Amino acid sequence: MRVSRWFAQHWVMGVALLVLGYLFLPIAVVAGLSFNRPSSRLSYDFNEFTLDNWRNPCATSDMCDAVLRSVQIGFLATVAATVLGTLMAFALVRHRFRGRSGLNVLIFLPMATPELVMGTSLLALFVSGGVPLGFWTIVIAHVMFCVSFVVVTVKARLSGMDRRLEEAAMDLYASEWQTFRRVTLPLVLPGIVAAALLAFSLSFDDFIITNFNSGTTVTFPMYVWGAAQRGIPPQVNVIGTAMFGIALLLVLASSMRGRKARRAAIATAVPGATSRS
Amino acid sequence: MAPETPAGDLRLANLTKTFGAFTAVDDLSLTVPQGSFFALLGASGCGKTTTLRMIAGLEEPTSGQVLLADRDIARLRPYKRPVNTVFQSYALFPHLDIFENVAFGLRRRGIRSVDGQVREMLSLVQLDGYERRRPAQLSGGQQQRVALARALINQPQVLLLDEPLGALDLKLRRQMQIELKRIQTEVGITFVHVTHDQEEAMTMADTVAVMNAGRIEQLGAPAEIYEFPATAFVANFLGQSNLIAGETTGGNGGDLLVTVHGSRFSVPARRSRADQGPVHLGVRPEKLHLVRSADEVPAGSQHLDGTITDASYVGVSTQYLLRTGWGTELSVFAANSGSQQRFAPGDRAVAYWDPGHAFLLGRHADEDDRTTGILDEPVGTSS
Amino acid sequence: MSALAHVPTASGQPVSPPPAARRGRHRLLPYLLLLPGAAWLFLFFAVPLVQLAAASLYDPTGSLSTGYALTWAFGNYPTALQAYWPQFGRSFLYAGIALVLALLMGYPLAYAIAQKAGRWKNLLLVCVIAPMFTSFLVRTLAWKTILSDNGWLVGLLRDVHLLGPDGRLLATPIAVVLGLTYNFLPFLVLPLYASLERLDYRLLEAASDLYASPLKTFRRVTLPLSMPGLIAGTLLFFIPATGDYINAELLGTPKEYMIGNVIDSAFLVRLDYPQGAALSFLLMSAILVVVFVYLRRAGTEEVL
Repeated sequence: MRVSRWFAQHWVMGVALLVLGYLFLPIAVVAGLSFNRPSSRLSYDFNEFTLDNWRNPCATSDMCDAVLRSVQIGFLATVAATVLGTLMAFALVRHRFRGRSGLNVLIFLPMATPELVMGTSLLALFVSGGVPLGFWTIVIAHVMFCVSFVVVTVKARLSGMDRRLEEAAMDLYASEWQTFRRVTLPLVLPGIVAAALLAFSLSFDDFIITNFNSGTTVTFPMYVWGAAQRGIPPQVNVIGTAMFGIALLLVLASSMRGRKARRAAIATAVPGATSRS
Repeated sequence: MAPETPAGDLRLANLTKTFGAFTAVDDLSLTVPQGSFFALLGASGCGKTTTLRMIAGLEEPTSGQVLLADRDIARLRPYKRPVNTVFQSYALFPHLDIFENVAFGLRRRGIRSVDGQVREMLSLVQLDGYERRRPAQLSGGQQQRVALARALINQPQVLLLDEPLGALDLKLRRQMQIELKRIQTEVGITFVHVTHDQEEAMTMADTVAVMNAGRIEQLGAPAEIYEFPATAFVANFLGQSNLIAGETTGGNGGDLLVTVHGSRFSVPARRSRADQGPVHLGVRPEKLHLVRSADEVPAGSQHLDGTITDASYVGVSTQYLLRTGWGTELSVFAANSGSQQRFAPGDRAVAYWDPGHAFLLGRHADEDDRTTGILDEPVGTSS
Repeated sequence: MSALAHVPTASGQPVSPPPAARRGRHRLLPYLLLLPGAAWLFLFFAVPLVQLAAASLYDPTGSLSTGYALTWAFGNYPTALQAYWPQFGRSFLYAGIALVLALLMGYPLAYAIAQKAGRWKNLLLVCVIAPMFTSFLVRTLAWKTILSDNGWLVGLLRDVHLLGPDGRLLATPIAVVLGLTYNFLPFLVLPLYASLERLDYRLLEAASDLYASPLKTFRRVTLPLSMPGLIAGTLLFFIPATGDYINAELLGTPKEYMIGNVIDSAFLVRLDYPQGAALSFLLMSAILVVVFVYLRRAGTEEVL
């Protein structure tokens, strides 16, 4: 009786933890293989422990060039997509205009279209327009599929914002620009930062669209794809593990900062309130 | 509309619930007679909702029994119990319309034709014509009635109400109190009603149990509890009381004599909870009457004199604070019936009362006077 | 639409149009804000789709070097379908099986995080997203190691006779489906979590109080209330899974190739643009049909 009730209450959590294990299994393997000295170029099995891969991540210089190129493309695409997407989000949340529903469809569709279709159609456009494929066609493509995600993320933050805060600012003698600069922007900024991070990670990791529009330019995913046929250098796993670690640190840092800021806000709220009243 | 099987009394026997080191319900035993309207009254955190949830099966007791007609149901899953709940938040299913919300329990028990019963139930709660609306389209009071209909339609042996009127405004709450009482009389099902609102409990229930810290402080009819509280907690939770610290040395015939700061008062023995040592002499504020001098005190009454320190006019009555010779402020409610004298702060006054209205409670030796100041909410309004 | 339309705004914030003064002074502002982004999407998303449609109707005898002519060659479609219908079918079959597996894993996971995790909620949520921090390709290659013939998993399955002595996982449909399930699972879990997180546990208590067993409570309350998240998650899983070809390439063999592999080679290896474009367009139409039928069956009028 007791056992069956315990089971009834906890089986869902049990399944959930198993599924999380499934999600993390490949990460563990990647991390493990980053310390591997493979027996042959085409082997995917663990052979011998070594720190060499971490000491010399750029032993295969092609790979590091590819990583650097991916960072450059990611940076450019992120800046452009974040600016374009944020402007659109403001227009969508704060203004009434004609053609709104059509625009919403135009923003939604890229997220619902298979990458394969977007990749091939862009290729068809570039080829028929005689545009040489390479670094800049990749950037153009990345900005295109990142914009929608930026719009959605910033829009969520913006529409969750209390309009009365801006009204309060104007009531306290802030001009429209000052209100935007001192109240609106700081409040929306976390959403913009989140959108930029999302855009960067989408761009950095994109393979399918890039594959169709890269010409001879090699990004990190393109490099891995090519190497998969010839044999993967173990340094790829170093990059994979490092990406995981950096992203995890960013998430932890932002949540810590959030918690600290909240605590600070609570600490200042009480004396602040009394001194003003 | 009698329950399917003769229900029998609801009995809680030594019911205990602990959460870690915290004891929410502490060895609780009580009997709710079949067909009665029973109220569990207490401040938040006193264990009343936990008790209700154990009866409903939403919380498993740490020990003890929940007996319904002598069958222990304490370990049955909630959906196997002939008990239904009207939830505090109503918990109406937002994806179902009103008809399907009310029919939910019947359908889960495999009953096919529910139409007649649902309509009958909706008209009992005066919501005919609302069948196809969604819960979000209804007002708070209407949602509350749907929640009631949804529970009642199952003809439970016991209906549990968890602060069902808490979310309604004062006027609607009054109306629903009368409505609930009418429906209970009509269907004859045992109602167990949890509330922190003493006025709500007194208006509706036949029997009120006042809970504090997981235990029952006093159980009885509303008037009985109000007129003769068993503990200082009850005396102050249910309305207001002036509790004056004193000593009693025992009886003198049918009366007990109490010494308070050198003055002597008497209380009938039948209104005493203690007959030796430190006691509280209790008098409700509305049982105190004010006059200018001791000469005006009627024969047979007892009196105290002091100075008026505050007078608040609240419409039906004027509420005074009277500072006694030893510094305690007693509250006095004087009905504004037009015949009373008015007092102003600073006036000397004498408060008198009929000894039959006073009561005597046991007191810890180190406890002082316990009076409720005028700032507390007066009897008759509720939060 | 109906259900949501009537829910009063919980925050009590009035949804008011912008003040008239503002509208008058900055009538052009919204268009200026929108212009760059909308132009970008139009030029590099909408126009290419038209170009793709045109390319699918090019004269199939043309080539990149000799140039293509738009001859409205509708015959490209039946030709392409005839040649590659097995890969087409496989795409939907593998994505469908992967979806079922992902639902079986993802629903309990989303439910546990939303309703059972308590203060661990955020941590578990990060755990769902975290695997995506590492490159998609690198993770898929890791599966190659896990499923390899001399790996522990194959050894274990051979020992318990779930696999024959020469049985393998890598280079089989199982590996491809497993890879698809793995790679797109978070896309299913996140929207589902968002729906289940809003689910009021008191409704589950109420159902239980009203004679619904745990199974009936799930069927009648939890499932219908999580429908919006379930639909969004299913689409976010199914669309990219159908168009994926990385898993088939890295974990399968040409026998497991999906339509993406064919399109990839048509554009990048065989340089047969008309055929590649026709297949791309067919894939998109097929997905749209599936999505449309699914939305109709799932009754979005009820839940959206």
